[in-house]
Amino acid sequence: MALYHNPPMAYAQEPTTAPIEHRFNPYSDNGGSILAIAGSDFSVIAGDTRQSEGYNIQTRYARKVWQLTDKAVLATNGFAADGNNFVKRVKQRLEWYEHAHHKPMGLKSIARMIQTMLYGKRFFPYYVYNILGGIEEDGTGAVYSFDPVGSYEREACRAAGAAQSLIQPFLDNQIYFKNQQPEPGAAPFIPGNLPLGTVLSLVVDSFTSATERHIEVGDGMEIYVVMKRGRTTDDLLGDNKLAPGMTIEELPSLGESVGGVESEGEGQGGERTFLVRQALKRD
Amino acid sequence: MWKQPAPANSSFNEYNTFPLPQTQRGGQSSHAHGPIGHTQQPLVTGTSVLGLKFDKGVMIAADNLASYGSLARFRDIQRLHPLGKHTLLGVAGDMSDFQWLKKELDGLLRSEDALALTDSHPSLSPKNIYELLSNLFYARRSKMNPVWNAVLVGGWDKVKEESFLAYVDLLGTTYTAPTLATGFGAHLAQPLLREAYEAKAGIDGEGPLLTQEEAEKVLDDCMKVLFYRDARSINKYQVATITAGGVTISDSRSADTYWKFAEGLRGYGAQTQ
Repeated sequence: MALYHNPPMAYAQEPTTAPIEHRFNPYSDNGGSILAIAGSDFSVIAGDTRQSEGYNIQTRYARKVWQLTDKAVLATNGFAADGNNFVKRVKQRLEWYEHAHHKPMGLKSIARMIQTMLYGKRFFPYYVYNILGGIEEDGTGAVYSFDPVGSYEREACRAAGAAQSLIQPFLDNQIYFKNQQPEPGAAPFIPGNLPLGTVLSLVVDSFTSATERHIEVGDGMEIYVVMKRGRTTDDLLGDNKLAPGMTIEELPSLGESVGGVESEGEGQGGERTFLVRQALKRD
Repeated sequence: MWKQPAPANSSFNEYNTFPLPQTQRGGQSSHAHGPIGHTQQPLVTGTSVLGLKFDKGVMIAADNLASYGSLARFRDIQRLHPLGKHTLLGVAGDMSDFQWLKKELDGLLRSEDALALTDSHPSLSPKNIYELLSNLFYARRSKMNPVWNAVLVGGWDKVKEESFLAYVDLLGTTYTAPTLATGFGAHLAQPLLREAYEAKAGIDGEGPLLTQEEAEKVLDDCMKVLFYRDARSINKYQVATITAGGVTISDSRSADTYWKFAEGLRGYGAQTQ
């Protein structure tokens, strides 16, 4: 009987019948990283500006962080084509909302809308990780983070993208005080109450460090700072508040004065958004 | 994408050296894909396109070859296509998709021109055309029916009085930079282009840009390097220049190549032993 057994390697000689399928892959990964941190009365949303594919740097300046309204900024990371087109549709929905309701959409509503839009493409997802930052209706700084199919939660901070695994543990330690113990007798740590200057330093350190250790991060950094209405800007605009090499500009208000009603009496306008830029290493 | 070397043991041939009937075109694959013919793989392809901004505009270069796999099939194909007075496309990838694209865009421009005859209808700016292409490419990839090309759009923005250079490909991926290259050019030419650009303009791009003569010299050098090392290229290429004055496309030209070094090398040419 043993004579009739197939030799041990017979299957190796059999021709492969099914041809190898080469289906068009509609996705790509364009690298880069984003992060956002909420303060008690401000929110910081940042991203680098490198766009890459594999080992190629496609461009040293491509935007990943977008101002949506006076109190909302969205950062996108993942497949850049999906990201750009997703932001385009979010902005369109926000415009329709403003026409329908004569007011801009609130932050938590934008967050829920984004989850609906992402889940709407559950079976052909936008390959994009979104982080939404801004000022909540109660005046607190907020960060919402999303996965590509719409799962979301409000957090005090979040990093995403190529260097997420480098940045998030650092943020856990510095923002949530993980693995830290207060001095004996000292007050306990309370996350989400750091001053703006500290938060900015953490953002800069996150990106300079990620640039050192991750090839897809670098070239430049854009940091959006959204401030609660009436909040002092001294800790951002004051002398020597920014590191050398940083530039800052205030972004004009997007709020269209619907029906001629501008600010609501107080005369100090609404939320203010600032854009801080800094160069990162290009190698 | 259409030029990654296939693994040695792959029964699929990335360079499409199989004759047409043996290739897996959409619609006749072993699976029931339905009757719609989608471009599942490029067939007749063009290789790298280069783009470079200079002080008075932008230049785009591409060679004249359309390959059928590893066969140099069509050796006099123009891959630079002007659209109106101030825009030009440089196209890599599938040449039949390129021909379809030309037909569509020329048709669009014709109807735009017709409107301009009776009205103060503004002509499409390079930015407008690029936006349209980006949306088209992204929409088609989202239908899993890609336009299998990588396109450089070069132009002159008459309103802003500045040059325009941007990239879009079959995935809908878009970006802009002062120097751009597709395919093998992204590996071989882009570093040379960036080096030349940054030598004058600096890394911030604030300094003076290359002059027209300098830019043309850099592109000539890059096309030579590509001919030396890209097996799907040919030593016959054109350079388009887009300035405020309009689009000019050069006659086909060749780079001066040097092969004397090969005589003493084993492995190059005939062996005496």
